[in-house]
Amino acid sequence: MNPTGIGAAVRRKEDHRFITGAGQYTDDINRLGQAYAYFLRSPHAHATIKGIDLREAKNVKGVLGIYTGDDLAADKVGGLICGWMIHSKDGSPMKAGPHPALAQGKVRYVGDHVAVVIAETLTIARDAAEKIKVDYQVLPAVVDTASAQSSKVLVHDVAPRNTIYEWELGDRKATDAAFAHAKHVTKLDIVNNRLVPNAMEPRAAVGDYDSGQDAFTLWTTSQNPHVARLVLSAFIGIAPEHKLRVIAPDVGGGFGSKIFVYAEETVCVWAAKKVKRPVKWVADRTEAFLSDAHGRDHVTHAELAMDERGKILGLRVKTIANLGAYMSTFSSSVPTYLYATLLSGQYDIPAIHASVDTVYTNTAPVDAYRGAGRPEATYVVERLVECAAREMGIDPADFRKRNFVKKFPHQTPVIMMYDAGDYRASLEKAMEVADVKGFGKRKREAARRGMLRGMGYSTYIEACGIAPSAAVGSLGAGVGLWESAEVRVNPVGTVEILTGSHSHGQGHETTFAQLVSERLGIPIDNVSIVHGDTDKVQFGMGTYGSRSGAVGMSAIVKALDKIEAKARKVASHLLEAAEADIEFKNGEFRVKGTDKKIDFTSVALGAYTAHKIPTSEMEPGLKEGAFYDPTNFTFPAGCHICEVEIDPETGVTRVVGYTAVDDFGVIVNPMIVEGQVHGGIAQGIGQALTEGTVYNADGQLVTASYMDYAMPRADNLPFFQLGFTETRCPSNPLGIKGCGEAGAIAAPAAVMNAITDALGTEAVPMPAAPLAVWKAARASAGTRQAAE
Amino acid sequence: MATVSMTVNGRAVSAEVDSRTLLVQLLREHLRLTGTHVGCDTSQCGACVVHVDGLAAKSCTLLALQCDGANVVTIEGLANGAKLHPMQEAFREHHGLQCGFCTPGMIMQAIDIANRHGIPDETTIRHELEGNICRCTGYHNIVKAIGAGAQAMAGLKQAAE
Repeated sequence: MNPTGIGAAVRRKEDHRFITGAGQYTDDINRLGQAYAYFLRSPHAHATIKGIDLREAKNVKGVLGIYTGDDLAADKVGGLICGWMIHSKDGSPMKAGPHPALAQGKVRYVGDHVAVVIAETLTIARDAAEKIKVDYQVLPAVVDTASAQSSKVLVHDVAPRNTIYEWELGDRKATDAAFAHAKHVTKLDIVNNRLVPNAMEPRAAVGDYDSGQDAFTLWTTSQNPHVARLVLSAFIGIAPEHKLRVIAPDVGGGFGSKIFVYAEETVCVWAAKKVKRPVKWVADRTEAFLSDAHGRDHVTHAELAMDERGKILGLRVKTIANLGAYMSTFSSSVPTYLYATLLSGQYDIPAIHASVDTVYTNTAPVDAYRGAGRPEATYVVERLVECAAREMGIDPADFRKRNFVKKFPHQTPVIMMYDAGDYRASLEKAMEVADVKGFGKRKREAARRGMLRGMGYSTYIEACGIAPSAAVGSLGAGVGLWESAEVRVNPVGTVEILTGSHSHGQGHETTFAQLVSERLGIPIDNVSIVHGDTDKVQFGMGTYGSRSGAVGMSAIVKALDKIEAKARKVASHLLEAAEADIEFKNGEFRVKGTDKKIDFTSVALGAYTAHKIPTSEMEPGLKEGAFYDPTNFTFPAGCHICEVEIDPETGVTRVVGYTAVDDFGVIVNPMIVEGQVHGGIAQGIGQALTEGTVYNADGQLVTASYMDYAMPRADNLPFFQLGFTETRCPSNPLGIKGCGEAGAIAAPAAVMNAITDALGTEAVPMPAAPLAVWKAARASAGTRQAAE
Repeated sequence: MATVSMTVNGRAVSAEVDSRTLLVQLLREHLRLTGTHVGCDTSQCGACVVHVDGLAAKSCTLLALQCDGANVVTIEGLANGAKLHPMQEAFREHHGLQCGFCTPGMIMQAIDIANRHGIPDETTIRHELEGNICRCTGYHNIVKAIGAGAQAMAGLKQAAE
């Protein structure tokens, strides 16, 4: 095996700069003459702006400019967009309200952008912002997801009943028929709590304008700089694409929240031309809480129909999803095509019907957050399945085995065609690693200490490798979801890979280089990965939806295919042999059956000197590009088992064991993949145990700092036990399924199934913080006694 | 404006600062030592941890003027030329970082933990990380890295004695 090839736990190439403090994040970029932006934000959840008096603020020494929504409108700067069209079941298009980067006449959530002050220093900008007088007429606010449609408050005039769309998927009649024949029906009301993504690097932007070139540059914390440029150019109208360069340098975590195009970077790049100075903005943490797109926030009623043996006959789901005050960039796709299409889980379910209403409220916009729709689907399915097994007196693992999809490909009733998997294998391996057999003994031992011990499963599936362009186009996407790559071989045989994927913690500089090292037989240190700059990489769709292995690396494979084909031609001329007789292995081109050979580096040099290749037949040089469009989604799946101990006296829940056995197809770097799983699990446990986003009835965000929003910390978590099974993904050349979101998708259900198992009641909300658990433990004490 | 003088990474520095300037602003903006990060502004996340007179401190919560005369070490001052500090090495070896943003603060805190506890056990490490938030790693590999880094530091200390 190549020690730096596919499958090797290569230490990360990018780490040196991060462990020595030499990373270059957006806030580390400083331009000559840089000014600072401060955004004045709405203190009200809902208000009409009757007037803004800027006079006193403009007189503050050091202020370079103060702008409001009127200035953007005067410059014909367009509003922020939602790039995925969803139609309601009656055929009408979604009802998207206007979303100006700076408020025009109305503010719709606490933190909404009212004005920007640009000054010599940040402190001057802040001080001046305090002198802006805004005349608000405060309006009542609508905050609650479940009651938004019956509220008298209207967030956008274009959306009656605050309803953006009423969408459905699946076969209602067939599902009703399945329920009519059911011997047992399990019903659950489920709330999927709103989360704040909280990448540790706050969002930031530096906008610059070059009057000589009449061109803009924007450094920004983006997971997809080309998509940002496209939106800022084609829709918002900052500048045409060839006059706007977007650079996403080192980015300190994204988790979805840095996919979107926000007000702040729009305003910074626009304002750079207004004040004729580079303009920097960096969010403080409270601004991040207020204005980063949040995640989840579903209210669902779900029903599962079974026959007498526990075979699932049908699933019926009704969800209301809160999209906040404005529709963020991909918000409409999350509770629809990223959610309801996964409701079949790992199970062979003959009939499914899902209806989803999305609503506006006076809260921060909600969009994709790690898993995006798939954690919500998994939570519905896995809570239902566990609950159904308990109600029917069937072991939850057996219940799952009875219902698993066993033959592939498998067409679900909700669009997806699962291409490969072995769900029983991952379940059984997880049960072994978690020592399920010894659970009874551990539970009894815990009981002797007065502790309630519980165990819960989550056999999840997700759709990654997003996504075949024609498929998503037919479902309403405004973009294609292919990826691009360019391979540049230098005359000395070193290689630069230009990729449209973007690494913000995933380790692409290592894994992508491993692919090249494996393929070309060159040392990994001779490969560099170039990403995150629209002037260097021609185009790309960026990193989200666990797509960079399955889609991004497939594009590199395609480009490497072309490199190899051309290099063979070059080698045949250098070796004076027929091309058909050339074989390429371990970095060497060899004439079959002879000892005549030449290494990759010499072929590269030969391609550039062009002394011995017929340039009338072939071009000199060695550089190839490729676009790769996936043929299907990929379907990572696995089994997570959580074990908790609850102190019924305090309600404190401790995760005492967590096992994850995942099938990600082919794994390029097991060390990095394990790291991705760890992080995902931590976010999932965070959702289940600690993280709750609380708006009060007035629409004030009560949890807007780390004092109030409980991020999981080191002492909330155990070491995780990981294992893998492998079914190769048949839908891409490397057999990769993707691993970035699995933990966050699987974990909430595993934890909550464990907690409800321990307590003997299904009525425990997320986050299962001590008070909620203590209350549930008291309410269910009688049930537990009766069970004993 | 006031003059503040201190030693940063072994070098004597002096700057004219607004009296409300924070230590982290002095480091990042005046000295261009951008390895120290700001993740929360409220002393919760620990991305800004540096050493002040040998102890871990959150540089977002200290005024630069409070550190007049102090000996400050940042992430940039840990390596000895090309030779990394054993804790830096341990973070790389054990994949104790992903996006890298919390990493400088984590490493500075980790060295402080090792200085105070020698070779700490898992419970001690997790408890001591209460003030450092990471969103990428689930802490799994950070805890392992700190254990290994502390061991390596102890080994070096023993060898020196």
